[in-house]
Amino acid sequence: MDLRIWKHPILEFKRDKRVHIYLEDKEIDAYEGETIAAALYASGIKIYSKSVKYHRPRGFFCGIGKCSSCLMRVNGIPHVRTCVTLVKDGMRIEYEKGRGDPPITTEIEVEEEKLDTDLVVVGGGPAGLSAAIAAANLGVDVYLVDENPRAGGQLIKQTHKFFGSKNNYAGVRGVEIAKILLRELKKSNVKWVLNASVIGYYENKRPVLAIAQENRKLIEVTTRNVIVATGAQENMLPFPNNDLPGVYGAGGVQTLMNVYGVKPGNDALIVGAGNVGLIVGYQLIQAGVNVKMVVEAMPKIGGYLVHASKLRRLGVPILTRHTISAAKGKDYVEGAVIVELDENWQPVEGTEQEVDVDLICLAVGLTPSSELLFQAGCEKAYIPELGGPVAIHNEDLETTIDGMYLAGDVSGIEEASTAMMEGRIAGANVAIEFGKERSRAEKLREESFKHLNALRKSPFSERVLKGKERVWKMWRELK
Amino acid sequence: MSNYEATGVLTLEDLKDRLPPKERLEKGPVAIIECIQKIPCDPCAHVCRFGAIKKPSLVEPPEVDYDKCTGCGECVAVCPGLAIFVVNLKYREEEALVTIPYELLPIPEKGEIFEALDREGKPVGKARVVSVRRMKDKTTVVTIAVKKDLAMVVRNIGRKIE
Repeated sequence: MDLRIWKHPILEFKRDKRVHIYLEDKEIDAYEGETIAAALYASGIKIYSKSVKYHRPRGFFCGIGKCSSCLMRVNGIPHVRTCVTLVKDGMRIEYEKGRGDPPITTEIEVEEEKLDTDLVVVGGGPAGLSAAIAAANLGVDVYLVDENPRAGGQLIKQTHKFFGSKNNYAGVRGVEIAKILLRELKKSNVKWVLNASVIGYYENKRPVLAIAQENRKLIEVTTRNVIVATGAQENMLPFPNNDLPGVYGAGGVQTLMNVYGVKPGNDALIVGAGNVGLIVGYQLIQAGVNVKMVVEAMPKIGGYLVHASKLRRLGVPILTRHTISAAKGKDYVEGAVIVELDENWQPVEGTEQEVDVDLICLAVGLTPSSELLFQAGCEKAYIPELGGPVAIHNEDLETTIDGMYLAGDVSGIEEASTAMMEGRIAGANVAIEFGKERSRAEKLREESFKHLNALRKSPFSERVLKGKERVWKMWRELK
Repeated sequence: MSNYEATGVLTLEDLKDRLPPKERLEKGPVAIIECIQKIPCDPCAHVCRFGAIKKPSLVEPPEVDYDKCTGCGECVAVCPGLAIFVVNLKYREEEALVTIPYELLPIPEKGEIFEALDREGKPVGKARVVSVRRMKDKTTVVTIAVKKDLAMVVRNIGRKIE
């Protein structure tokens, strides 16, 4: 079985070198540049683990290293996130037993490295890249860390052209914006490391970040400033069988089909008609998947009408006031049940319908990935308008810890275009603190604020702005 | 106004204040911009060589000066929302041309016949491909000939018939 997409209207998938990996004793074809999870999925293997207590099958969910659905044992090392670990020829992959046994080999060599820099940017998505480039071009020494094998965050999986203005690459496809930012990154003096997770923040006179690169390198970076641009993680929805492989986050589906070119299923149900659900529905059709319908619990479509109209013109129904009430299947999704909701969000009896799908794509919102900020000790608040738990910050994206900033979705769920502007503002602010290129930095800050405010003039930004104003006020009261 | 926020489908009634006047439509190719929400976006206004598309602000929907619009279709190719079309009622006695943005495979070829789909994706007739432009950014701009009375109805193509 080969579920790889070989022809796509927008994307080209680079598959230069074929390698072989082994799942237990079975040889599996893969291509260099694929993650383990993507290669397994492409060969039809959709179960990566079993739940500890009830041995229920687990597939992947987020596809970007944020959940723990795809943990497997790789070359003797337990709990490897297979969705962010690249295949290597001869790699041995095993299912974990129970909670997973400790490694049996002691021959793992771990390198250590100590670094000193002015600024560490955590996360290489639109916000992090923009922050790192801005600060570096203003004379700041920057070290950028990202957990994924490729930088660019969610941009690298967006086939649609972005809205916005010239300053934030309007009319350019997300994948192409990622390429532009990566070119700028390479031209700048930013040093960066991929496949690396920040595992802790502490202070030793100055802030220190501990970083683990795969399972082989420990990096300790002493810095002055930190910009956290860790993005967000996808929300789950409670319904029976929501843990079945085949129920995936929208971003996970995008990673699989648009980054690695693997078809996630044949017939899809999308849950959620915000921009993410509408966009992923359209992208599924581009990847050759039949999208049966989109269900949305709200009485209105949450995303832009133009995105909804694209799907409708392709014959995809969007059912508002409907939700999923169950997934069907034993080891894998074999169907879904949808139901109408009344004005009190209660299922209307007798309106259950079975939908014949093998893919259920959840696009029911995102939650800021605030873990690092909270571990570092930033004051926090729960702001529903911003997606939930956020570090309290001001308009300049400073947290309550001196020198620590945040930008992008981690500061409140918004758009890639606003994330880029926030990144530039945070980067410029670090440069202003630094003082080397003060007037240029101030100019960049001012311009970026102007563009950010213009983007937020839309009624679609009202809710976010309300949340932002609340959080800015909290910051002023604390400081 | 229709219930487009729940259906995702605009009606001609929703668009009535934004469409070119009948006399302009009858004169030949003209842009039909089906974008009525306030979203921050402006490539259409920047791409127009004739200064026919204005955005009062980044988020206001575009306004078209139909006397300046030549129906060249540059805006069809750049609109991120795939919400701009060109309609040419002067094509033939019985047929009109509709230009649509297209981002799927297979790429249509001149002379092929497809199902003509309306704004809900329902087949309403036949569409003959008259011209195909592949843009550098991989958008395909397809011009189809449809029965004249379908010019303001057809907004997509579906299954290939021949």
